[in-house]
Amino acid sequence: MATLNGTSNGHGKMLSLTLQIWRQKNSKTKGRMEEYKIKGVSTEMSFLEMLDMLNEQLIKEGKDPVAFDHDCREGICGMCGAMVNGYAHGPDEATTLCQTHMRSFSDGDTITIEPWRAKAFPVIKDLAVDRTSFERIIQSGGYISVGTGGTPDANAIPIPKEAADRAMDAAQCIGCGACVAACPNASAMLFTSAKISHLANLPQGQVERHLRAANMIRAMDELGFGNCTNHGECEAVCPKEIKMENIALMNREYFGAMM
Amino acid sequence: MATVLDSKVPSGPLGEKWEKHKFESKLVNPANRRKFSVIVVGTGLAGASAAASLGDMGYKVKAFCFQDSPRRAHSIAAQGGINAAKNYRNDGDSVHRLFYDTIKGGDYRAREANVHRLAEVSVNIIDQCVAQGVPFAREYGGLLDNRSFGGAQVSRTFYARGQTGQQLLLGAYSALSRQIHLNNVEMHTRTEMLDLVVVDGRARGIITRNLVTGAVERHSADAVLLCTGGYGNVFFLSTNAQGCNVTATWRAHRRGAFFANPCYTQIHPTCIPVHGEDQSKLTLMSESLRNDGRVWVPKAKGDKRRAEDIPEAERDYFLERKYPAFGNLVPRDIASRNAKEVCDEGRGVGEGQAVYLDFAASIARVGENVIRDRYGNLFDMYAKITAENPYKTPMQIYPAVHYTMGGLWVDYNLQSTIPGLFVLGEANFSDHGANRLGASALMQGLADGYFVAPYTIGNYLGGTKLDPVTANAPEFGAVENDVNERVNKLLSIKGNKTPLAFHKELGKIMWNECGMARSKDGLESALKRIPELREEFWNNIKVTGEAGEFNQQLERAGRVADFLEFGELFAKDALVREESCGGHFRVEHQTEEGEAKRDDDNFAHVAAYEWTGKSGAQTRNVEQLIFENVKLTQRSYK
Ligand SMILES: Cc1cc2nc3c(=O)[nH]c(=O)nc-3n(C[C@H](O)[C@H](O)[C@H](O)COP(=O)(O)OP(=O)(O)OC[C@H]3O[C@@H](n4cnc5c(N)ncnc54)[C@H](O)[C@@H]3O)c2cc1C
Ligand code: SF4
Ligand code: FES
Repeated sequence: MATLNGTSNGHGKMLSLTLQIWRQKNSKTKGRMEEYKIKGVSTEMSFLEMLDMLNEQLIKEGKDPVAFDHDCREGICGMCGAMVNGYAHGPDEATTLCQTHMRSFSDGDTITIEPWRAKAFPVIKDLAVDRTSFERIIQSGGYISVGTGGTPDANAIPIPKEAADRAMDAAQCIGCGACVAACPNASAMLFTSAKISHLANLPQGQVERHLRAANMIRAMDELGFGNCTNHGECEAVCPKEIKMENIALMNREYFGAMM
Repeated sequence: MATVLDSKVPSGPLGEKWEKHKFESKLVNPANRRKFSVIVVGTGLAGASAAASLGDMGYKVKAFCFQDSPRRAHSIAAQGGINAAKNYRNDGDSVHRLFYDTIKGGDYRAREANVHRLAEVSVNIIDQCVAQGVPFAREYGGLLDNRSFGGAQVSRTFYARGQTGQQLLLGAYSALSRQIHLNNVEMHTRTEMLDLVVVDGRARGIITRNLVTGAVERHSADAVLLCTGGYGNVFFLSTNAQGCNVTATWRAHRRGAFFANPCYTQIHPTCIPVHGEDQSKLTLMSESLRNDGRVWVPKAKGDKRRAEDIPEAERDYFLERKYPAFGNLVPRDIASRNAKEVCDEGRGVGEGQAVYLDFAASIARVGENVIRDRYGNLFDMYAKITAENPYKTPMQIYPAVHYTMGGLWVDYNLQSTIPGLFVLGEANFSDHGANRLGASALMQGLADGYFVAPYTIGNYLGGTKLDPVTANAPEFGAVENDVNERVNKLLSIKGNKTPLAFHKELGKIMWNECGMARSKDGLESALKRIPELREEFWNNIKVTGEAGEFNQQLERAGRVADFLEFGELFAKDALVREESCGGHFRVEHQTEEGEAKRDDDNFAHVAAYEWTGKSGAQTRNVEQLIFENVKLTQRSYK
């Protein structure tokens, strides 16, 4: 880019920061917090760009860069995430870590950065965790059982706009795992209920609704996620503002399955 | 010697080719499908839909992606919508019109028969997605809603708020998850394909690296599908996700698959401008904003006043001025080029590389609430990134690399020049010519995966006598050795420059010389500097860590190494294509008014490059494009 050679970092202010970061070589070794100093962090940078900068610095110093997951960097793929000063995805409301910007911090701040912590999310390295358990929950029933082809015309079944909107509200979950990380019980209720609610709000999802709820809840329990005791931390940290009322709906679907 | 490329387009009238081809295709009976194994690399829209469909049909499928879940593929980021010729609006849409718009939008550089098939199956896609529970936007009567997109005069775009790609991918992902649960698909996440294995001239497997443990592994099959997305990240800064790469298709190219039209790149006009040297990606602001936003810059050079202090008379609404008929809604390539032009004249705003997208007039006309209803999520995203309020001050935007029309060459069956290797989605070159219309990539990915490949792969497997091959075959050992050698080489150089630094440097060359305006001099300079940078890379790269562990530096280094070869082919293709068409603008080839000037006599063809053993020394083969159903005209939007 032409401006890349020009004034670096636009109109941002520069920060000097102390970072306390969880370092863990792999799932078998024990981890620990390490401290790093970093200067010249523009307030225009995203949080992950700050970590990129730190990594370039660490490599130059002959140290191992910090591993962290990310891909889209625009808040939609659900790949990124870490506990920042104790908050899942950092200080900003309804914002993923990749969309968090350094202007939310001040010069001289100390920032602690740790991975999601939950039995069902073992650490792979540093800030990267294994979320295969989320895959298993979806595989256990998070779908409508249709094959490819032979489906009716898309407008054959009208769906009230309100129902479609409710389904869409729940379907926005990005599967990041922040809800689990923030929950004192490491419960996956918010994530699971979002999928159940998305499908239960649509006529196409009706046929399997009770079986789906039963299967997904069973998978969730077997995978080592905890129970919901109504702390509400999940809703508070969710970057997509998924609501706890989905959990209530899931419980109704589940009891329907038991009847 | 140039190879003759056979597109295998079936004979007969355009509208009957696909039906006829399906009827004539060989079938594999359901009981026998279990005996065939298929590898699907990539599980974005194209790959997830293909893997789910093939698994559902009964084939033994192994699927791969480098993220920790198929749900995270780059397709998830698509915002605006998906086209389909449903004609639910009764506004004159039809399969033929969608076909025509796509061919014209692509500046007459795509294959007619493929595009027509795309338009035909587009209607089935929407049915399929609704059955899976994709929550498309609806009207109060409960029927599906539509919006309009650039390059079309009808309203045929289906959408799910500003997250259409997410919802479509989650639909395909749910179908794939079901097939995984039924044991029809074996899913390998956090696994990267590093090479292709060809046995007796046919694609029979891949070599992968497990990104968690570093283990290099062999996988054999009867057919291989590459659904690995586009290569926009050769420019370093783009709207693509960080992991998007050319590795899978490039390695296949080096094993014999022809690479088609590498220089065709789409540069999207409305993205948030670059803010500094440490920026890692650019963010798209949907095309739909141009419905209500007016694009302008100050009339005077170097005018540093705030937007609100510049009086009407001193503003230049350059798109409205130059293209009165289409105004702010000219196609993407034209909007991008004009923004660059005014910035090059010194009239850019902000840091100099930006123009205003101003909603003041629309807000005054329809009210802030209506604008919030239409674009709320985009305005929020803009505010999050820039800390400015676009309801009060105009947005600043600048073009950015967004999509790549080029890709591996495929015939009508989506089969590459290596038998048994099929290529789907953005990874192939097939349907968009030199410029893609908005909302057509999602359509193509799902068309390929749900409705085209399942037939054409059946035809291949049913009609070919394949010897049994296992991963113990010597060919697998040889390719595995190549992969290990390469990985070890990257780690052993221990130079001074990081993979990120090399990637940025390559990106600058690509953007400056192969970006929105390309010249002979610039391209020649790129052709000199890219090999030099590659040479430096292989002597001075610093990759920390080890092969047998989770190593993100090693991942990036491998991808940058391939971009450094690919970039050269890109520049070469752009240099040889002595015309301007769609997203490819050669400054030497423009009309008196500065518009793109095609040369149909000499360039109405696909350029398909063949690896000959050395980077930059590829042979250029040609597939002549035959237009029997549309008339080639110069695009005009005045
Ligand atoms: C910001 C943005 C907005 C867009 N909006 C729209 C829109 O509104 N409408 C529209 O039609 N199009 C849009 N597009 C374009 C469209 O999203 C993409 O072209 C399309 O989704 C590509 O799908 P795909 O399945 O081909 O590839 P991708 O979704 O990119 O998937 C690639 C897959 O391949 C895997 N992969 C890649 N390399 C390897 C490897 N070496 N080994 C193993 N796995 C590998 C990845 O893990 C991933 O699973 C947009 C694009 C962007 C960037
Ligand atoms: S419910 Fe929210 S926090 Fe939990 S996985 Fe989904 S998006 Fe993330
Ligand atoms: S990197 Fe995709 S959501 Fe953050």
